[in-house]
Amino acid sequence: MTVAARLVLAHLWVAIAAFALGALMAVMQALARAGVELPFGTARLYYLSVTAHGVLEALVFTTFFIMALGYVVAETTLGRVRGVGWAWAGFWVALIGTVMTTLAILSGTSTVLYTFYPPLEAHPAFYVGATLLVVGSWIWCGVMIASVRAWRAANRDARVPLAAHGMLATVAIWLLATAGLAVEVLVFILPWSLGFVERIDPIVARTYFWWFGHPLTYFWLVPAYVLWYTVIPQVAGGRLFSDAVTRVVFVQFVLFSTPVGLHHQFTDPGIASAWKLVHTFTTYAVMFPSLVTAFTVLASLEIAGRARGGGGRFGWIGALPWGDPFFSGVALAMVTFALGGFGGAINAAYAMNAMVHNTAWIQGHFHLTVGTAVALTFMGATYWLLPRLTGRAIAFPAVAAMQPYLWFIGMQCFSIPSHIAGLLGMPRRIYTGEFQGVEAAQAWIPLVNLSAVGGVILFVSAMLYVGVVVGTMLVAPRGARPPVEYAEPVVPPADGPSIWDRLGWWSAVAVVLILLAYGPALYHLHTMQRFPAQGFSPF
Amino acid sequence: MQVDRYERLWMWAATAMLAVFIGAIVVTAVAGSNHPPSHTEVVNPDTLGVRGEFATPGVTVHPDGSRTVAIRAEFYVFRPERVHVPAGVPVTFRVTSPDVLHGFQIVGTNVNLTVAPGYVSQATVTFETPGEYLIVCNEYCGLGHHLMQGSVIVGAPR
Ligand code: HEM
Ligand SMILES: [Cu+2]
Ligand SMILES: [Cu+2]
Repeated sequence: MTVAARLVLAHLWVAIAAFALGALMAVMQALARAGVELPFGTARLYYLSVTAHGVLEALVFTTFFIMALGYVVAETTLGRVRGVGWAWAGFWVALIGTVMTTLAILSGTSTVLYTFYPPLEAHPAFYVGATLLVVGSWIWCGVMIASVRAWRAANRDARVPLAAHGMLATVAIWLLATAGLAVEVLVFILPWSLGFVERIDPIVARTYFWWFGHPLTYFWLVPAYVLWYTVIPQVAGGRLFSDAVTRVVFVQFVLFSTPVGLHHQFTDPGIASAWKLVHTFTTYAVMFPSLVTAFTVLASLEIAGRARGGGGRFGWIGALPWGDPFFSGVALAMVTFALGGFGGAINAAYAMNAMVHNTAWIQGHFHLTVGTAVALTFMGATYWLLPRLTGRAIAFPAVAAMQPYLWFIGMQCFSIPSHIAGLLGMPRRIYTGEFQGVEAAQAWIPLVNLSAVGGVILFVSAMLYVGVVVGTMLVAPRGARPPVEYAEPVVPPADGPSIWDRLGWWSAVAVVLILLAYGPALYHLHTMQRFPAQGFSPF
Repeated sequence: MQVDRYERLWMWAATAMLAVFIGAIVVTAVAGSNHPPSHTEVVNPDTLGVRGEFATPGVTVHPDGSRTVAIRAEFYVFRPERVHVPAGVPVTFRVTSPDVLHGFQIVGTNVNLTVAPGYVSQATVTFETPGEYLIVCNEYCGLGHHLMQGSVIVGAPR
């Protein structure tokens, strides 16, 4: 870890800064909704901060962290990152884009939320900045692909290292996903935002948005899985249960994470229910690899617990390294993901979706999944990465050891009441939980208050995380860098080239699936008579 | 490929579970015609206030007792704000917007629509219990999003 260490750290700082700023926004929101008097508590600031929080957490923190992780994996499994100059170019492009979008949001001219559904119209800088962020990430994709290809050229008959395979699957998912976003932004939004065309069709734009929006969640999740499969068993002192199955799992994510987006549009007009039903099937198909992950990762942890001397049916659980914040972060992330996945099966259920669509349930759901399963894994991984990148031991280890637990408690306290409030009809993205005192809202108020308590606990946990990171960089002495190690599989992969390593081919199959799943619905939308809308900026 | 026996069992169990989910959805969709709202009618958003059912939104009573309710969802109000219908008859809500996206959810029912300019969203429901039902906008539509609400007053069945 030498040349790439600076590159990785640069990405990490941006990720962590975005996370911290996003957390600050979030605690204000949680308190404002509960009716706590804040000096700056206005609807205008509320929606502005929800926009900033969504963009910073869901798009900036995640993307920069994933790019950092990609370079770590490339350097440590493939020998080196090919095209470090390009990698830096990608970093700067993405950073400039991030700054543009953030400034556009903070200026109050772009309160369109991170989903920016037209005909809500933001300042052009919002869209241009977001485009640059994606272009920067595309450069990262190119560097990752070049690194794997160079390694493969030099190691003709060897299997691609598993972690690199997982990150390459992430790259494939991201390219498939952002194709939809590129159509939405380059073909429809930018020409409209810059004044070349006057109108835009909201349903067409939403359809391309969700082509992107669902695989976006797998772009977050698969890198977390890479850590769960390839690193955590090693950290826990065990081995990976099955290398072969893991590769198939990653391929399944490439195949099924994109042709599912209509499950975000169950309530939309303009799209016939038959296509929504097709996307329901593929949505359940993409749950399969996650269910397999649960087995493989748990089996790997059982191996670790027994190797550490844990006996009996459940004794191995207690023997795991619960004081290591990377391990505990991931273990709590997994527990949380089980809850989130359960809710996800309800969201995806075609007709049952009407019960929860756009209610507070949804905000409870994605804080369990991306806000914890992914974010807590990344926080834990930071504690693992920093010593390996800088040679500094983690500062305040006791604080680091408790931080994931605090996040877990805060998140249950935030999310469970949100789920219940959603079932009682509370919409998401609203400035007050009181809702003008209507009777139905009386039941929401205690739940919103409880979730505000959760929000404060989460914020404290977030600040402890940032404090440990900053403390590590400022006060911890430099020493030897521990190596980055990956888990050995119980059964090594079969020798020789394997079809499961050919992610380029699988991506081609994925394109066919996307065309089948989206083609008819998009054809129908584009050819029917429509009345596109004018832009509005009601903020 | 070599797969552990228990892992193989688990995969079959997972497949079976997902098949049951999908089966339940297909059965209720086909046999119970339980579909999400997917109306594909279009309407010109620029002339909503000028002509057609959305110029004078409200309740239409049909000879069989069923009702059709046209509603315009626009910056921070539903027009009309209050809707009166009896219990026990099918009520079809037809909703559209002259400006941005809105949501239309009747709390305590399965009516939950995305409302978009240029499109008519539609859902039918039969209220069994008389009382006042809250309508909320659940799609962010601007700074007054949280102010946007309406109600359905369900009277005694006739
Ligand atoms: C400090 C911890 C956090 C707290 C207290 C918190 C709280 C909140 C609150 C109150 C909202 C607004 C809900 C609404 O009005 O509908 C929100 C939205 C959101 N949060 Fe968080 N959150 C936290 C961390 C995270 C993390 C780590 C992520 C993802 C990595 C995340 C992703 C999101 C997203 C995507 C939204 C949706 C924004 C929108 O609806 O446009 N949050 N959060
Ligand atoms: Cu609205
Ligand atoms: Cu609204």
